[in-house]
Amino acid sequence: MTATTEHRSRAGRSAGGSSGGPLVIRRGHRRLGHPRRRRSTLLTLLTAIMLIYTLLPLAWLAINATKTQTGLFRSFGLWFDRDFALFGNIADTFTYDGGIFTRWLLNTLLYVIVGAGGATLLATLAGYGLAKFDFPGKKAVFAIVIGAVAVPGTALAVPTFLMFSNLGLTNSPWAIIIPSLVSPFGLYLMWTYAADAVPTEILESARVDGAREFQTFFRISLPLLSPGIVTVLLFNFVVTWNNYFLPLIMLKDPDWYPLTLGLKSWNAQAATAGGEAIFNLVITGSLLTIVPLVVAFLLLQRYWQSGLAAGSVKE
Amino acid sequence: MTMTRRHTLLLGAALSMSLIATACGSSTGGDSGAATTKPAGTQANAATDVDAALNAGGTITVWAWEPTLKQVVADFQAKYPKVKVNLVNAGTGNDQYTALQNAIKAGSGVPDVAQIEYYALPQFALSKSVTDLTAYGADKLDGTFTPGPWNSVRSGSAIYGLPMDSGPMALFYNKEVFDKYKIAVPATWEDYIAAAKKLHAADPKAYITNDTGDAGFTTSMIWQAGGKPYQVDGTNVTINFADPGTQRFTAAWQQLVSGKLVAPISSWSDAWYKGLGDGSIATLVIGAWMPANLEGGVKAGSGKWQVAPMPQWEAGGKATAENGGSSLAVPELGANKALAYAFIKYADVEQGVQTRMDGGAFPATTAELNSPAFKDKPFPYFGGQKVNQVLAESAGEVVPGWSYLPYQVYANSIFNDTVGKAYVSGTTLQDGLKAWQDASVKYGQEQGFSVQ
Amino acid sequence: MTTAQASPPGLRAAPRTRRSWTGWRFVGPFMAVFAVVFLAPIAYSIYLSLFRTKLIGGTTFVGADNYLKVLSDAQFWSAFGRVALFLVVQVPIMLFLALLLALAIDSGRLYGTSFFRISVFLPYAVPAVVATLMWGFMYGTRFGLIGNLDDLFGITLPDPLSPSLILTSIGNIVTWEFVGYNMLILYSALRVVNLSLYEAAEIDGASQLRIIWAIKLPALRGALLIATIFSIIGSFQLFNEPSILKSLAPNAITTYFTPNIYAYSLSFAGQQFDYSATVAIVMGVITMIIAYVVQLRGMRKGAGA
Repeated sequence: MTATTEHRSRAGRSAGGSSGGPLVIRRGHRRLGHPRRRRSTLLTLLTAIMLIYTLLPLAWLAINATKTQTGLFRSFGLWFDRDFALFGNIADTFTYDGGIFTRWLLNTLLYVIVGAGGATLLATLAGYGLAKFDFPGKKAVFAIVIGAVAVPGTALAVPTFLMFSNLGLTNSPWAIIIPSLVSPFGLYLMWTYAADAVPTEILESARVDGAREFQTFFRISLPLLSPGIVTVLLFNFVVTWNNYFLPLIMLKDPDWYPLTLGLKSWNAQAATAGGEAIFNLVITGSLLTIVPLVVAFLLLQRYWQSGLAAGSVKE
Repeated sequence: MTMTRRHTLLLGAALSMSLIATACGSSTGGDSGAATTKPAGTQANAATDVDAALNAGGTITVWAWEPTLKQVVADFQAKYPKVKVNLVNAGTGNDQYTALQNAIKAGSGVPDVAQIEYYALPQFALSKSVTDLTAYGADKLDGTFTPGPWNSVRSGSAIYGLPMDSGPMALFYNKEVFDKYKIAVPATWEDYIAAAKKLHAADPKAYITNDTGDAGFTTSMIWQAGGKPYQVDGTNVTINFADPGTQRFTAAWQQLVSGKLVAPISSWSDAWYKGLGDGSIATLVIGAWMPANLEGGVKAGSGKWQVAPMPQWEAGGKATAENGGSSLAVPELGANKALAYAFIKYADVEQGVQTRMDGGAFPATTAELNSPAFKDKPFPYFGGQKVNQVLAESAGEVVPGWSYLPYQVYANSIFNDTVGKAYVSGTTLQDGLKAWQDASVKYGQEQGFSVQ
Repeated sequence: MTTAQASPPGLRAAPRTRRSWTGWRFVGPFMAVFAVVFLAPIAYSIYLSLFRTKLIGGTTFVGADNYLKVLSDAQFWSAFGRVALFLVVQVPIMLFLALLLALAIDSGRLYGTSFFRISVFLPYAVPAVVATLMWGFMYGTRFGLIGNLDDLFGITLPDPLSPSLILTSIGNIVTWEFVGYNMLILYSALRVVNLSLYEAAEIDGASQLRIIWAIKLPALRGALLIATIFSIIGSFQLFNEPSILKSLAPNAITTYFTPNIYAYSLSFAGQQFDYSATVAIVMGVITMIIAYVVQLRGMRKGAGA
């Protein structure tokens, strides 16, 4: 690594102190740094332009979720129709076709909890292992992981499907959960995070005391890793929540669909003879789909931001 | 039934790799390869098998996206309490073919019954992925269905599915718009072009129809014009888009495209539904299944739309074509074929037909098409017009002799790569069709067909 | 990225630990699942790429034929050229915007810093399916936002879904989805710069621009490198946005619009699994090479700074 990086990481440590980890670094930074700066209206306005760009489509989604199917067609895209139908749409979304949306929501939760949770666990263990142990084949591990990520996943869909089919796993939750358990980005993040957040000295002394490695991991390392874990969990949460292509290939039974696939099937329904066009429910369903993610990010933002901070400092 | 096109993704069907191609029955009636034609005695046994299967009961899985089948399944289970039917919507059109081909390739998870559109059926038939139903007595159903759909499910003496619905074409037009600009309902394509010009001149925001290049629509139009670009005899395929029928279509349609007289809006998009409701898309030349879509998706158009016969190439002519429509087929790898056949017969020939018609579907059976109850039913959405009279008449006037490629699903998937250029650049439709032809020939040859 | 394992985290800590198999107990579970869902399908794809299956005539071993065919396949190279163009135009714009945002938010001179930070990041939480449907609607020249604007001002804006603009429109969607995500990676890197560096610089009378140039940008090099490499992989695998927009712009987005779409349509519409696998492998190799070269250059510049 370069001199610059060495310098940065040393600087980071000294600012944060030895025990508290990155969370403290961030707080320290803010407390010392920002209040003394002058706020700039001009800079705020310039940044606000960017903000409009990012929020405009979301505003469109929220506004159009308040319209009926007829209202969608007769009103200006960025303003409300004369009928305010948000609550009706939400009720319809949850009751349409025997309440299948609820089933999709529960499926998605299952995939997210088991898939993203499992992926975070595996990435944490593996990242920690890479950061704190030397073992044969270690150099190859990350090279292989990144190399595999570069191969377009869509083209691997058929081979993966055939393999899973032979194992009898298609059209079941396992076909979604097992591939979700691997998160190369999570591995990378945990690796860089663990290298910094868990002082090797502590591990050494634990070893001297005769503690077993897994004991050490759960008692000492895990608490230190928690901001990083929250970050990885959130990213895996997003990836699994938004998973679309894999379920498209693996699932045929709508009873196992996640929300993304369900919404797409509602959208496709408009292109079926005799099928009912329900764009209003597609839009409302889309809005309902992103709400839990947004809430999760808002509630947990202090954790994931500190986790990211530590991750990005080293590479 | 479905649109032949869901542009949504590039999903296409994936043919089984494992299939080894023997020719299925050729159109000259010669029976080749493994196509099963059993002696009459065996057939009787098979028919008994079907009854026995119903009595014995069991569970079958049906992959279909047609919404009216839900009620059919409920009725069927009520009538045969020992039978359990799992109705699964495994995707619409190409999505489902992909899933089906993947399942066939993997050799597991194959449904007992699958909905397959007419244009896609030859592909499954060629690979013997679907069962020849003559063994179960399907050949006795000759005359039950209108010729268009019936020919679409047959290949030589083999029958690969039972027609579920049909899409004889007609002209759906917005009468309010036509009246407003004093445009007469076009009887010929010449009239239609004149109407397109008049309408667009009167209101630059209004178009006679929409078109961004659609394989299903274009092939149906060529079909009506008397073109026969595809000639299929087993694995010998001829593709020729230079025939007089095709040229007749391109000469006329080119005027609409070049004159920017068709709205550049893709069918089935939200903009399309909106255009149908607000009068900016004034007509659709489309299959007879359209009323249910208008009623469900274009509520703003209620009372405005009417149905007229498809415009003709010659004044006083009576020629139409099929657009869309699908069959129910029994995959070769299905576990309970006798019971599967019992179900598709119930859905496509017996009580299921009426149930589906009540749900808004357009039948493929002659008896229903000719029944007064069907023909004389007024449609409030169409201002009380008895639209089935027009549609049923169209069903009887479908130009015979059309066939699709045994790899039409792939060919349709590259339609917009080639013919699509005519809609966004200076390429002509005829040149676009030539490019489509060349690409289809190349693919066919790569796949081992003998293609000219 | 591949040299990342030579970077501090692992190896710096390592010399203190005895080299043993213990680490595999931690890495093993991940790698086991990884082998099942990544390595096995890739191996199977490589196997497939050596064969050719015809609908009529069955499967034959063809050795490297499929690879030779890819190298002379005009459609593949047209797809590759398109994503390469996308890469050299969209990625710098997106990362530049992300950089500006990160610097602005880190500057402490904004009103409502945390509001900006979370708001800019929100699009990342929107599924690509939903994002593309939304933008697809807004791009509509007749009934979409573009159409509304045309009506409002009596103008005719160019059609974002026309063949000449479609790549730009897709670039916009991708930028929208990922600018906040990249901003966050860069911003996080800025947060751990030691404040005393800024203070010293300010005491020395350095301007803000000078501080950005001399302290912040060097501090961001590593994060920018990572963001760039992930963006290269993302660009080369472009799939969701164009394939969903295809329903609105069927003639502008071909079945060989990007290498990934090409591989997908070969496999799913064309049943050419073997050739599709070959396309995927060739594209994977190209991606790895380019990511590797970018990283080497990035490291070298870093060393020189």
